[in-house]
Amino acid sequence: MAPLFAVNSVADFIEDNWVWFFDLKSEQVNESSAHLAGIVAASVFHGTMVIGFFALAPLIFIWLERKVAGRIQDRLGPTRVGGKYGWLQGLADGLKLIQKEDLCPGSADSLLFRVSPYLVFVASFGAFLVIPFSAGFVSTNLDVGIFFVLALMSLEVVGVILAGYSSGSKWALFGGMREAAQVVSYEIPMAICALVPVIVAGSLNMVEIGQMQRGTMLNWMLLNNPFTFIAFFVYFTVATASVKRAPFDLAEAESELVAGFHTEYSGIRWSYFFMAEYASMFAVSGIAVLLFLGGWETGVGIDVPLREALHPIGQSFLVDGFNLGDYLGNVFGVTVFLAKASTLVFLQMWVRWTLPRLRIDQVMTTCLKYLLPISCFLLLGVTLWPFVLMKAGMSSLLSVPPLGASVPKPPDREVVPKKLDQEFEPVVANANEREEGGRP
Amino acid sequence: MDTVGLENFLIVGGILFVCGVVCMAIKRNAIGVLMGVELVLNGANLNFVAFSRYTKLGLDGQVLALFVIVLAAAEAAIALAIALNFYNNHLTIDVDRADELQG
Amino acid sequence: MSAMNVFFWAFALVAGGSALAVVVSQNVVRMAFWLIISLGAVAGLFFLCDADLLGSAQLLIYAGGTLVLLVFGVMLTASGPFMSLKTNPGEAVLGGLVGATLLGFILYTAVAVDWKTASPEAAKRPAVFDYRVNGYSTRPLGFSLLGMRPDRDLGEGARTMSVSYLMPFEIVSVHLLVVLVGAAYLARSKRRKEPVAGGSSVEDSAS
Repeated sequence: MAPLFAVNSVADFIEDNWVWFFDLKSEQVNESSAHLAGIVAASVFHGTMVIGFFALAPLIFIWLERKVAGRIQDRLGPTRVGGKYGWLQGLADGLKLIQKEDLCPGSADSLLFRVSPYLVFVASFGAFLVIPFSAGFVSTNLDVGIFFVLALMSLEVVGVILAGYSSGSKWALFGGMREAAQVVSYEIPMAICALVPVIVAGSLNMVEIGQMQRGTMLNWMLLNNPFTFIAFFVYFTVATASVKRAPFDLAEAESELVAGFHTEYSGIRWSYFFMAEYASMFAVSGIAVLLFLGGWETGVGIDVPLREALHPIGQSFLVDGFNLGDYLGNVFGVTVFLAKASTLVFLQMWVRWTLPRLRIDQVMTTCLKYLLPISCFLLLGVTLWPFVLMKAGMSSLLSVPPLGASVPKPPDREVVPKKLDQEFEPVVANANEREEGGRP
Repeated sequence: MDTVGLENFLIVGGILFVCGVVCMAIKRNAIGVLMGVELVLNGANLNFVAFSRYTKLGLDGQVLALFVIVLAAAEAAIALAIALNFYNNHLTIDVDRADELQG
Repeated sequence: MSAMNVFFWAFALVAGGSALAVVVSQNVVRMAFWLIISLGAVAGLFFLCDADLLGSAQLLIYAGGTLVLLVFGVMLTASGPFMSLKTNPGEAVLGGLVGATLLGFILYTAVAVDWKTASPEAAKRPAVFDYRVNGYSTRPLGFSLLGMRPDRDLGEGARTMSVSYLMPFEIVSVHLLVVLVGAAYLARSKRRKEPVAGGSSVEDSAS
């Protein structure tokens, strides 16, 4: 991986180059200005891409939701705005929402009422900090990636509860309480189901989990063993519930609670809730793709040859250290990843417009009486699975090489052996040394 | 380069700790007292992690902080159950009303 | 001015300020809100200390789990909207004074002790083990639970093996289970056969 455009970690990048922003003449900077300009351009470009994706995806998904709903209900959906398929409908919706007055009810706790949409928004955006879009396209390659994502996405419920409580309205309060009960229960099987592939992979790092599924579809975590196969479907059900989509959208059940926790909201704050919802839908689908469906791999075995074929192209293109071929390979991976995750989002929409809403007691029964015991059983089974394989004398179920056989050694994890009594060096010096060591 | 050292983390931990103690002392709401306990535990946790980062303590500090987090969750669950029971008996969670055992 | 400094001061200000807001605000839901901001900032400080797993656990368990528990408690015990139990002004002044004194002592201790000489090995990172080079702290933490210590030199004979944390870990997990069962038992709704005066109707509707 070329360190330059890989932008392996924005946090590392800032750590390494912070000095440069303040003091160009500092001794810490011994890079050429073209190299630094490249790094800055890369980080700005990719940062904009993540933020733009986060802003743009809801627009597209709202349009898609309307089209899907229309088709499933045997009507056309939006047709006017922006041409034949109404593809500008999302933008029109957004413009309409921005124009609306930003209301705060008189009986509301105004501070919490105003802040809680931001809380939901930030929690759901934070998930994109660690979700890898391709092998090299991840803003922070955290070692605790999947754990961190689940932790951040669990914060969303706090914003929803605060929104429901601070609105000063009974409908909103009911919605918030339902949401609290539902999400707190569904978080448990969701975490356990996410743990099943983590146990198989032996890593919480999402890039590593993705790389373990290189090769053909048989290498996917989904087909690794029977337990991961079931875990995918349980995870997807639970994830649908945890982003409060139908048939689990009790928090905003229109036929019962007006609009649930966001009854009192209008305008741009209301739209924050919806951007967060669609972003969360994409995030949980992306996690499902990474954990079970091979991440950024196509699954037909063309990825590795393609990347190898692309590798010689454009070595040190424009700036030193930037490899155009590897970059194109990553772009291909991003495309595959987005396509897979969008398919799962489409599936969630399909489910929403096909199945009727459950009652709250049915929702809780589904989780606590069925999904939770099932996921505990899966966790137990997947820990015992290696012993079954060992007894049967096989290395894996579908006679593919075991997971991890295809994982390249991550270049940024080189162990630098140190002498025992060496003094602690400043962090920046370490980072520079590591970067020089890792550069091809 | 980094002017932030162990002392800075200890100061933040101390501020959290004192806020928690004051919160425990002056709040009449049982839930408020519980939040004070959380702040105190967080101050202590921050110290553990800072010592683990800046001294020879190493990973021991992080392991201890992990235990503290788990025990704090347990403590919150049980304290909340007690608060609920108290409310059921007194119809309030004003801790000043819990004075029946005074002689 | 490094990134560490900027992030540290940002997180420290947020953590301290929100903790103060928890103390001064009277509405219990606002207190919960400020508490979650404060705990989130402390999680940020954990990340600055290279304790990734701990920061995530802090977010998941404290800020997610505990806060939801607290909000539940608020909902179930609130007798009116935006309930506030006002603090007695005299108590507030007294508590503030005692708190200021305590803060003075703690800050004096934190600043006055020369931590570099207080322990001879202070201010020196574990030599064979550097989080930033050898990856992050998740796997080392797991290893140290098992008694393998990549972060320290334990001397001749026991080069990397030490007392493991596996037993305490098991005890803590059983303890957690016991506590959860106990909490569920304490907080259960008592379904009485005969109607009694007092809070029975309230607790039935609450649960």
